[in-house]
Amino acid sequence: MSELLNPEPKVIAFLCKWCSSNAADLAGVSRMKYPANVIPIETPCSGRVDPTYIFDSLDDGADGVIVAGCHPGECHYVVGNYKTMKRMILVKELAKQMGIEDERIRLEWISASEAKKFVTVMTEFIEKLKRLPPNPLRPEGLTQEVKH
Amino acid sequence: MSEKEPHESKRIGVFVCHCGKNIADTVDVEEVAKDALSLPGVVYSNHSHYLCSEPGQKELQDDIRFNRLDSVVCACCSPTLHEETFRKACEDVGINRYEVEIANIREKCSWVHTDRRKATDKALKIIETKVEKALLNEALVPVSVEVNRNVLVVGAGITGIQTAIDMADAGFHVYLVEKSPTIGGHMAQLSTTFPTLDCSQCILSPKMSEIAHKENIELLTNTELISVSGFVGNFHVELKKNPRYVTTDCNLCGDCDDICPVIIPNEFEGGLGPRKAIYLPFPQAVPSLFTLDTENCLGIHPLVCSKCRDVCEQKAINYDMEEEIVEKNVGAIIIATGYDLYDISKIPEYEFGADIDVIDGIQFERLLNGAGPTGGEVLRPSDHKKPETVVFVQCVGSRDPEHHMAYCSKICCTYTGKHALLLKDQEPDAEVYVFYIDIRAAGRGYEEFIQRAQEKGVIYVRGKPSKIFREGDKTIVWAANTLTGERLEVEADMVVLAPAMIPSFDTKVLSSITKCSLDEYGFFKEAHVKLRPVESLVQGLFVAGAALSPKDIPESIAQGSAAAAKAIGLLSKPQLFHDPLVATVNSEICSGCKVCQSLCPYGAISFDEERKISLVKEILCQGCGTCVSACPSRALSLRNLTNQQIEKMIQTALKAEAR
Repeated sequence: MSELLNPEPKVIAFLCKWCSSNAADLAGVSRMKYPANVIPIETPCSGRVDPTYIFDSLDDGADGVIVAGCHPGECHYVVGNYKTMKRMILVKELAKQMGIEDERIRLEWISASEAKKFVTVMTEFIEKLKRLPPNPLRPEGLTQEVKH
Repeated sequence: MSEKEPHESKRIGVFVCHCGKNIADTVDVEEVAKDALSLPGVVYSNHSHYLCSEPGQKELQDDIRFNRLDSVVCACCSPTLHEETFRKACEDVGINRYEVEIANIREKCSWVHTDRRKATDKALKIIETKVEKALLNEALVPVSVEVNRNVLVVGAGITGIQTAIDMADAGFHVYLVEKSPTIGGHMAQLSTTFPTLDCSQCILSPKMSEIAHKENIELLTNTELISVSGFVGNFHVELKKNPRYVTTDCNLCGDCDDICPVIIPNEFEGGLGPRKAIYLPFPQAVPSLFTLDTENCLGIHPLVCSKCRDVCEQKAINYDMEEEIVEKNVGAIIIATGYDLYDISKIPEYEFGADIDVIDGIQFERLLNGAGPTGGEVLRPSDHKKPETVVFVQCVGSRDPEHHMAYCSKICCTYTGKHALLLKDQEPDAEVYVFYIDIRAAGRGYEEFIQRAQEKGVIYVRGKPSKIFREGDKTIVWAANTLTGERLEVEADMVVLAPAMIPSFDTKVLSSITKCSLDEYGFFKEAHVKLRPVESLVQGLFVAGAALSPKDIPESIAQGSAAAAKAIGLLSKPQLFHDPLVATVNSEICSGCKVCQSLCPYGAISFDEERKISLVKEILCQGCGTCVSACPSRALSLRNLTNQQIEKMIQTALKAEAR
């Protein structure tokens, strides 16, 4: 196992209200456990996640951003998640070009019944982020000179 | 930046719930409530043992009044549980329901974490994000819309028939759509029904004729649903009515049937009897008219064959009938499309299709039926002799997660018992075997019914046959009795398989038309398996009967009535309210690029050619926000979840703790 470069990563999780947020609730009802590093932000649809939010999150110091929606073909709003799927490819590509590891950005399809998947994904993601250095854009990670 | 900072004027209250120990065990509720008081805009905070209880709500209301709050953040369980409770409680003391936010610190925090410090910090973070959102929330008023009091029922088997009758009895106008030329579904094919052995047709046909004669039921046979637009209370549907080529002048004389030169296997008889290309599906068919099957007809071009038209004295046959698109406006839609049987020719070891003495349950029903191809006498298909040894096999394609369907088809145990019992009644000396995995005959009188079959001398063997094959004029069944461990070989005259029930073949298409999701097997999925068994997640769309999962007749009828009751409840409201959490356009910023238009699956975005800007039709918008995230000039916004709100939430969530 590689060393822990960032023992307490900060993660923003955008959860769609119909599937992934319900999966997170079900994880709670089932008393499953995962690290507390994730702050959830619920949106009606993963399609509501503007790509700029991902960069905003990174800019504001998130070590990782995860977008979770309904499985393809199961979107409550018919096709919202297909738009997300396309956008996320670009987001990752752009992140790489900006020098941000694309592992910091993750897209997952988690249906309302997949509490176990929700927990596994969150746990794995946080474990992975612990082994990456802190997000270089973290405000407190920057030296004064760079910041200003 | 011109961002508004309205929190100067907002008076937010934060209420943290202990939920007994559910939250308080891992989250320091008192500390969270104390820290929340320092958040921007928060003028009051409190904590309560059970915020949702009557005293909890009372205290909340008193606090709102006393502190003149205009916005509330409840830190408690999931919004799916008590958002409505708290919105209602706050509304009662003058707070707009859209100024109430739920911070879920139970399912998404206290229940999933163990470290008290971390959980407490996270709970506060979640509350902080909601407070940021609350600062920018607007008081909104739902738009009220009129309700169309017509209803569409798709599928006219026993479930759809029941729904249509119940709705019509309650005074609603029903469009009953059926894809095939007659209503009745699978129940019309059955001989008798378990456990009372009522003649199936005798209990079904009165209901069928009720459909034909009720004034406020408009029956559309040969018709398919092809599109649905609109929203609850105001759906617009398109129906494709395929031509029957026979008009209502038909008097059922049957001259056309007599003269038609085409003979093909009759699907109603499970292929065990013949029919013509122009035919009456079965004597009790509704509508009571002949129908022309163009797939098998020599051609509706009179030069090829026009025998039926020429012989018809009523002049009821019209080859020029064309497909029609019928448009209707309805307030609710009920899907009752039923089931099909699993294609058991996919199970090569049972030789269904290859050996004609291996038949399925529906075919056996037809053999037992007095109106069937053998006049109710069980004769084996290959030589029309009375079978001396008959083997019934249950769970064919059911309960087999590795190869076929994982679920139990629920009705097979009881109907196989019925088959065996009726056969024994007919042929007391016949040797009758039933191979089963388990007997699942739950239902009033069902278990006793199976016992009756056993007492009659039907031999029940626990085990699933491994191979069924033809040898001379016998069909050999290899199996093992799993209770005794012995191997068995039965030389049968006839084998009857009980295939799995699967979703009817066009369920998938219907799912994409109606946006009602499917489960892993392709059945429609209900909104909640226990609490909302006939509703779908699409408001105003209901599903009933075997379209949801395998069901017997009483359950299907109960669900048909349940769906009708739900639809009646919905359509009886004087008005419906549309959630105002929708997209809006800032006409000053919109550049008219139309990117948003292509993204909206509801056609809610139109274009104002004069002003060259996009417009959102509030009543059509479902509030997904997909367009908002794509607007290059940020002219679009989602009410109470604006870009500014989300950005603030992100910032707050990531802000380093002050402690």
